[in-house]
Formats: sequence, structure tokens, C-alpha cells
Amino acid sequence: MQLRTPISHIKGLGSAKDGLGHWTMQRLTGIGNAVLIVWFLISAMTLAGADYQETASWLASPVTAGLMLLLIASAFYHVKLGLQVVIEDYVHHHGLKIAALTAVTLVTLGLGVISAVAVLKTSFAG
Amino acid sequence: MAKVDRPLSPHLQIYRWYLTMALSIAHRASGIALSFGLLFLTWWLVALAGGEESFARVEWWKDSFLGVLFLFGMTLALTYHLGNGIRHLIWDMGYGFEPEVAKMSGQVVLAFAGAATVLIWLVILIAG
Repeated sequence: MQLRTPISHIKGLGSAKDGLGHWTMQRLTGIGNAVLIVWFLISAMTLAGADYQETASWLASPVTAGLMLLLIASAFYHVKLGLQVVIEDYVHHHGLKIAALTAVTLVTLGLGVISAVAVLKTSFAG
Repeated sequence: MAKVDRPLSPHLQIYRWYLTMALSIAHRASGIALSFGLLFLTWWLVALAGGEESFARVEWWKDSFLGVLFLFGMTLALTYHLGNGIRHLIWDMGYGFEPEVAKMSGQVVLAFAGAATVLIWLVILIAG
């Protein structure tokens, strides 16, 4: 049975069939964030008042750098998924919506990669 | 599409504000705010990778009035979004939908966010 109107069929509108993936990844990265952010907050408290050398050598530890990379991946992915839903809810102009979604995807990916490289650089230098 | 003058279902401004409704919007608002927090994390990490001089610049801003205000707001948004996110995960498992329970869990999240933010900043101010 064809439930879609002929015009939406022609325009290719309708479910993209990837909603469950979005939902699952939002929860998965959310749980990841919850664990990693508690670690990060504790670290931030112990780092309060630390100078450049102390901060750099903190990040130089493989465990710290590894957790930081996981936090970056999980947090930027979570932000991408969240902002995507906000845009889909409130931006109704089609072209503007596609532009905003593209920008969010690329900017979060870009900033995530930049942050990760910064962690690696500090880590390998230390 | 032609605009038809039909009665609309009641929208936001019709309803009296209640806690669970405000907290739902606050979850989204704090999430959007936290994306700016991530922007700061990137700046901080890049500055740290850049060496002593660039790190001193970000530390200067971090300790300025504006920086402290920003980070305090971020801490509040983070602890709230964390607490309310866990509340959402519990809902996802099918628990806590009764109005009284949803209201109570919302109050717990608010109390957690407030207490955790104050605690974190007390530690930072004493240690820093």
C-alpha cells in the first residue's frame, strides 16, 4: 500500500530511515560524556592554580591524553546530534536548514579534529 | 501552500508555566550553551599546545571577570545537563513518568546542579 502522496514520492521526502541511529548515538555519547565529564571536572579542580608546565605534563600522560581524546570525540558528536535536532525543529526554510546542518556537521568535525591534534601535540612534546 | 484561517491548537503562551516544562526547555538551552563551552575547551587545548605564551593568554582570560562568569555559567549548564540527561536516560528505560515523580526528579536535578556547581567553585577558589 502506498501511503505517501505522489508529490512527496516525487520529491523524495519522508523518513531517511536513520532516526534510530541518531537516537542511539545521542544516548551512547551522552553516557560517554557523563562518565568522562566527571573525570574532567575532578581534573579541573585538581588543576586549579596549576602553571603551564604542570598542566602540560598532566596532559602528557597517555591515560589523560586518551581520556581527553575520548571526551573530545564523544562531546563533539553529542553536540552535533543535539544542534542538528534544534535546527530541524526551528529552521523551516529548506535552503537555510540544509546550510545550517552542513555548517554544524563540518564545524563540529573540524573543531574536534583541531582539539584532538592539540592534545596529541602536547602529549608527544611532554 | 495557501494560508487557511483555521483555529490553532493552544501554543506556549496559553499555558501556565510549570516546572517540568521549564526544565525541558532548560535542557535544550543548556545544551546549546555547552556547545560554546566546547569552543572554549578547543581554545584552551590549542593554547596549551602552542606553548607558554599562548597558554598565558587563555589563562588570563579565564581568570578575568568575564572568563569566571562564563565558566561559572558553563559549570551550572554542565551539571544541570548532566543531571537532567541522566533523568532522560531513566525515562528512556520507562521509569518516572508519573507527574509527581517527574516533578520530584526535576527538583532533585536542580538541587544537584546547584550543589555541584557551588562545590566545584569552592574547591577551585580555595585551590586556585
